[in-house]
Amino acid sequence: MYTAIVFLPLIGFLIAGLFGRMIGSKASELVTASLVTASAILSWVAFFSVGYGETGLYQIEIMRWISAGALNVSWGLRIDTLTVVMLVVVNSVSALVHWYSRGYMHHDPHRSRFFAYLSLFTFAMLSLVTSDNLLQMFFGWEGVGLASYLLIGFWYHKPSANAAAMKAFVVNRVGDFGFALAIFSTFYIFGSIDFQTIFSNAQGLMETSGQGHAPVLEFLGYQLDAHSAMTIVCLLFFMGAMGKSAQFLLHTWLPDAMEGPTPVSALIHAATMVTAGVFMVARLSPLFELSHTALTVVTFFGATTAFFAATIGLVQNDIKRVIAYSTCSQLGYMFVALGTGAYSIGVFHLFTHAFFKALLFLCAGSVIHAVSDEQDMRKMGGLRKHIPWTYWTMFIGTVALTGVGIPFTHIGFAGFISKDAVIEAAYAGHNGMAQYAFWLTVFAAGLTSFYSWRLTFMTFHGKPRAPVDVMSHVHESPWVMIVPLLLLSVGAVLSGMVFYGVFVGEGFAEFWKGAIFMGPENHILHDMHEVPAWVKVSPFVMMVGGLLVAYLFYIRRPDLPKKLAEQHSGLYQFLLNKWYFDELYNLLFVRSSMWLGRTLWKKGDGTVIDGYGPNGVAARVQNVTTWVVKLQTGYLYHYAFAMLIGVAALITWSMFTGASTGGAH
Amino acid sequence: MIDWPILSTVTFLPLVGVLFILLVPGDDEGGKLNIRRVALVTTVFTFAVSLFLWGWFDYNNPGFQFVEDSDWLGGAISYRMGVDGISILFVVLSAFLMPFCILASWESVQKRVKEYMIAFLVLETLMIGVFCAQDLLVFYVFFEAGLIPMFLIIGVWGGARRVYASYKFFLYTLLGSVLMLIAIMAMYWDAGTTNIAVLLEHDFPAGMQTWLWIAFFASFAVKMPMWPVHTWLPDAHVEAPTAGSVILAGILLKLGGYGFLRFSLPMFPIASDMFAPMVFTLSVVAIIYTSLVALAQQDIKKLIAYSSVAHMGYVTMGLFTMNEQGLQGGIFQMLSHGIVSGALFLCVGVIYDRMHTREISAYGGLVTRMPKYAVAFLIFTMANVGLPGTSGFVGEILTLMGAYQANSWVALFATTGVILSAAYALFLYRRVVFGPLEKESLKGMLDLNLREKVILVPMIVLTIFFGFYPMAIMDVTQGAVDNLIQNYQAALDAAGQIQHAAAPAH
Repeated sequence: MYTAIVFLPLIGFLIAGLFGRMIGSKASELVTASLVTASAILSWVAFFSVGYGETGLYQIEIMRWISAGALNVSWGLRIDTLTVVMLVVVNSVSALVHWYSRGYMHHDPHRSRFFAYLSLFTFAMLSLVTSDNLLQMFFGWEGVGLASYLLIGFWYHKPSANAAAMKAFVVNRVGDFGFALAIFSTFYIFGSIDFQTIFSNAQGLMETSGQGHAPVLEFLGYQLDAHSAMTIVCLLFFMGAMGKSAQFLLHTWLPDAMEGPTPVSALIHAATMVTAGVFMVARLSPLFELSHTALTVVTFFGATTAFFAATIGLVQNDIKRVIAYSTCSQLGYMFVALGTGAYSIGVFHLFTHAFFKALLFLCAGSVIHAVSDEQDMRKMGGLRKHIPWTYWTMFIGTVALTGVGIPFTHIGFAGFISKDAVIEAAYAGHNGMAQYAFWLTVFAAGLTSFYSWRLTFMTFHGKPRAPVDVMSHVHESPWVMIVPLLLLSVGAVLSGMVFYGVFVGEGFAEFWKGAIFMGPENHILHDMHEVPAWVKVSPFVMMVGGLLVAYLFYIRRPDLPKKLAEQHSGLYQFLLNKWYFDELYNLLFVRSSMWLGRTLWKKGDGTVIDGYGPNGVAARVQNVTTWVVKLQTGYLYHYAFAMLIGVAALITWSMFTGASTGGAH
Repeated sequence: MIDWPILSTVTFLPLVGVLFILLVPGDDEGGKLNIRRVALVTTVFTFAVSLFLWGWFDYNNPGFQFVEDSDWLGGAISYRMGVDGISILFVVLSAFLMPFCILASWESVQKRVKEYMIAFLVLETLMIGVFCAQDLLVFYVFFEAGLIPMFLIIGVWGGARRVYASYKFFLYTLLGSVLMLIAIMAMYWDAGTTNIAVLLEHDFPAGMQTWLWIAFFASFAVKMPMWPVHTWLPDAHVEAPTAGSVILAGILLKLGGYGFLRFSLPMFPIASDMFAPMVFTLSVVAIIYTSLVALAQQDIKKLIAYSSVAHMGYVTMGLFTMNEQGLQGGIFQMLSHGIVSGALFLCVGVIYDRMHTREISAYGGLVTRMPKYAVAFLIFTMANVGLPGTSGFVGEILTLMGAYQANSWVALFATTGVILSAAYALFLYRRVVFGPLEKESLKGMLDLNLREKVILVPMIVLTIFFGFYPMAIMDVTQGAVDNLIQNYQAALDAAGQIQHAAAPAH
């Protein structure tokens, strides 16, 4: 069954990819969507049988992959609770997106290709979450990168889409650079990159090398003992996670990735691929748990991202970009949870976020579909009456994201349960960045609420700002798009309340069965219940505050935002231009490496190497020949004179040598 | 085992084809077609024989197999052939690429078809001979003679600046060849034989190893090519016809790496150990430097040529780590690069045949007219980038892993190549294949025809197959690599003991 879950989407990809032209786009759509749906249903079966069953871990070996010396890597599946949680997320969202796309991409001439890519992505993502060693994880990791590249650049005639696709791939490669080095370090320390071996030896490594500080890793000339080595390894892994999950400094690709079709944004750039970093840290919890420093860094980056992305989200006008920054910010929340040691809360937020963020994106897609591919919210407004299904599902998504619920209870929408858990964990956390994270995440909760309601109000309320001819064409989406919205709405409402107990609450140990490792000193899940009441209520207050401000700005006094932007134009521009990261990176990395490339080529290869090498030699040879040519003047007496000198020299030489040989006699 | 001299058969079979071609009369269309057909049949047949060779190869025997031995030039130098796990796959690779070269030249070469095909078949004999040779002097003859057909291919059927390119090629190789010949004479003087199997057992004195190592290095570094003696390669590639580029990238570049494996590492272990840091430095510089240069290129072939230099940097780095991952990775990288870069040049050939320009700016939006071509080119681009699931990944990750164990600084710098390769390869792809189709000249482009599909599909299949199941190759090389490492370590240990013994005496 587990093998089928992983390989059904691959079969779909192969059929649609190889024979798409032959069988037609409708058949491709149906085949891929059905296979992924089958996979999704099986995933739920797996979820309940593993999560609520007795056996916590299944390992299935498929075949050998690479073996060289001590390195032995196989293609294999590792099914535990963490895996099945991801399987459910990936396959459910993917299946719904497949069906939704049948409506959304209805007019596109390249539908077979689109569905093939979607299935390829699903397969890569599944092989990432089911991998039982680091290298296979890397395979899935890069595989989803490829699929993301292809899907962002799906509309290849748009130069902006191509640029965004390439940017996504290259920025992700920066993260992969860290991931690769982390794999090498792990192999150096443990002599293996199988999760099973690493996890069972990690604790022992700390104990044996704990006393003597025996070096276990040589890194850049430093002999590192087990603690420092673990810190380095975890930080390198985290670098990979930062790339994939668009964390602060490596986030620049995610907003641009919105150039792809909207279902892609929902599937890849909200629900699944970008959460791979979170999954990775949770998967490697046995290693991260050994490095306090690394966890502190994770907390810092998570909190910073949560805040920073939310500030940018406040002022963006493109409906998809607002949601993209929201995703970025929510990923930050997940890392905050991971950083405080509350891995299961991070995964829990990942789980609930997948539903409501996919919902928001698909709703946005439905809106864009309705207003003739317009994405600028300044040209929307007043759509509520025209597209009621979309409005209400999006309303549910917004409520779930901003975290509406009843304080001090576990009754509320998905985001209320999981996000508040993150904030409480941050308050209860013990590392040096926990307080920083707490304040930033609480503040970001207010910002989240503001930008989410701003989006809703600008899009659906107020007077229509779209041109009349667009407004006259506004129509509700077909059922094939609305049904996925409804199903996701169910998830957005219920997933928090239903699964809180097993993910985070009393059912924790029986549910996870060791899939997430928490050290003996890690009591975060207990401590977070002891936090003061004001901490528990603070995100709720911020949420209401954000809602009120948004209401004031966009319903009561629509002129206010403009005035405010004019008064603080510096700040406004700073936020609107995304803290100028793109400009900075462009200058620092893109331009400078192009310049360096040109210089090395023209000066290094051209002037220095060729100049002193082959061309230099050629020039010398030429000098000599010209010199010789100059001697050839054409005058007879010159030659005669030269000959005379030559003869004289020859005679002199033979006399001397002859004399010396003669003398020897 | 069989008595039939299969190595000589596979080596000299192409010459039989040459004989037939000489017999084919006429320069008219029919004659040309017959010549092409004869060349194709010969190369396919040679490839089939090389597959038999692989089939009969004993994986458990780490030594030389299919050995042939007969006296030549009075006994001191004899004609010896044999292959081990390292060389056999290069024989297969050479034989594999040849039919594609013939097919790629089917329409693009119209002048002097007879001479062209003869040059290629002779080249094939010489290339295969290099990998089969079991005598140092025989090796040298094949090694150097192989350059002559290549000179001709570039010089006669090449582009506008072909004379400059072949001149540069010649100047670089000259110095290395002379030094290598002197080194070979010195080795004969010391060991009394040029039999490679015997030389592998021979312990050269440490001081002599240094000089011999340098002399061989001079020759192999140029062939690799390593930075800073790489500048002949971009020019040679740019001027060479498509099939010439394929052979240049696919096989000629592997001669240097093969030389390191066959001679430098096993015969001069002490010197190799001493010079390893230098090789690492040059490799890392090559990876970063040439990747950056590739980023700035405006000529498709030049860009791929520079990326080849960067990939060969991984090879040299991997080989000199002298651990299992590095060596296996280095060999794998060579074989994989043989397929992938060969295929990339074939891809360039496809559009060059249609447009007769290699300028990147002349293209754009090809995917609109040539979706199948776009897929093929994408797969090879990704393999070049080292995407897992393609053969390019396995070699890259193994060499880096090996390097990390040898020296983490080396691995750190070399891993930046992962980022840079993505940048230059995707930048190329974006400019050539993606984007709107605006140029009038491109609007009539046709997608892959049957001949081109026949060329590219097997390459795609292999690229992906070896990405998922690299053991098909690594099981073959395993034994020989283990053997190499053991002998190398033993030699170093022995040398260490001598030093230890000598130290207290002072």
